[in-house]
Amino acid sequence: MNQDSHSSPVQSERWVGRATVVEVAGDIDLHRSSQFQQSLLDVVDRNPERIVVDLGGVGYMDSSGVASLVKLLSRTRKTGVGLRLVGLTRRVQSVFEITRLNTVFEICQTEEEALA
Amino acid sequence: MVETQEQPVRTATPVISVVDLVKRFDSKTVLDGVTLDVFPGETMVIMGGSGCGKSTLLRHMIGSMQPNEGSVRLFGEDLVVLSEDQLNAVRKRFGILFQSGALFNSMTVGENVALPLNEHTDLDEATIDIMVRIKLELVGLREAVDLMPAEISGGMKKRAGLARAIALDPEILFYDEPSAGLDPVTSAEIDQLIMDLTGKLGVTSVVVTHEMDSAFRIADRMGMLDKGRMLKIAPRAEFEAIRDGEATGDEMTDLIRQFLRGDSEGPITDRRRETGYEEDILEMAGGP
Repeated sequence: MNQDSHSSPVQSERWVGRATVVEVAGDIDLHRSSQFQQSLLDVVDRNPERIVVDLGGVGYMDSSGVASLVKLLSRTRKTGVGLRLVGLTRRVQSVFEITRLNTVFEICQTEEEALA
Repeated sequence: MVETQEQPVRTATPVISVVDLVKRFDSKTVLDGVTLDVFPGETMVIMGGSGCGKSTLLRHMIGSMQPNEGSVRLFGEDLVVLSEDQLNAVRKRFGILFQSGALFNSMTVGENVALPLNEHTDLDEATIDIMVRIKLELVGLREAVDLMPAEISGGMKKRAGLARAIALDPEILFYDEPSAGLDPVTSAEIDQLIMDLTGKLGVTSVVVTHEMDSAFRIADRMGMLDKGRMLKIAPRAEFEAIRDGEATGDEMTDLIRQFLRGDSEGPITDRRRETGYEEDILEMAGGP
């Protein structure tokens, strides 16, 4: 929660075939979720077949961060883009479990699995 | 009576630190030198009978009451010396579940939960709506989002109050009698929720209660307040041992034991019988 509120949680984007892998790092809380959300929605506009969001560098995510991912899921479903999450730390996994959103998102263990 | 305050040696910095807290109302001392540390991620249950000072202690810990002596630190900040703006910044980092749920009756359940998000964040409406549904799902109340408080049961109001208390993803949650007035199943559900928030999300919980079943379900450590004094602070297992053991002859231990067991005879009732009933009633009659 000590990150610069102006720094983007999205560290990098790379194309793997027709998929885009988005690497996210740092805590995602009220201070950073709006920027996080916008960065994710911008990825959809680049028309990948699938978006893989790698959350391996995220130690903490509050419900505003989760809500950003829900908005991304809504947008991808409307536009026919696939969405998979990968690399959830134990704490972030717990957030998805306690809110039962682990049943809503496709969550993979590895990037290979997410891209398969 | 010997006052003891046993606490395990901890290396973590306490997230709440109460030191030598004294509160008086006129000549009555309600809190008499209370000292208490709460560590990150633990559930601390503060128990005691009616009028023991536990609600007053809770009010000091949330910064809504000023002590006569002593200090209360949250996240290292001394609440006693903070300005109102500084106090508000600290308040965003904790949530409170009030005994009644404290919902606004003119708003739907969903609007009640959205209130802190609308007041304290710049998030857009759609994001707030998603967060509200996540919180309501967490407390098993998603279907009630459009209902008015008058249309839901007491247990549902309490769960809605909890959804609002966690709206801003607080680091600390304070619970004022979370089981009061609930049926056993709803009470157990609330307890499970408290344990999930603590165990899975690392939220620190402070629970004020006199419901012993609930206290023993959720507590990591417990503190026993009596007449404004903290008699004992210890891990749950120590209190379980006192509850399940024989009377010891030690007044403090036996007083705690009577409270935990809910026995009708013991030091608490003995004390009540010795409180000058005769003098009181004669005084009412105009003196001897």
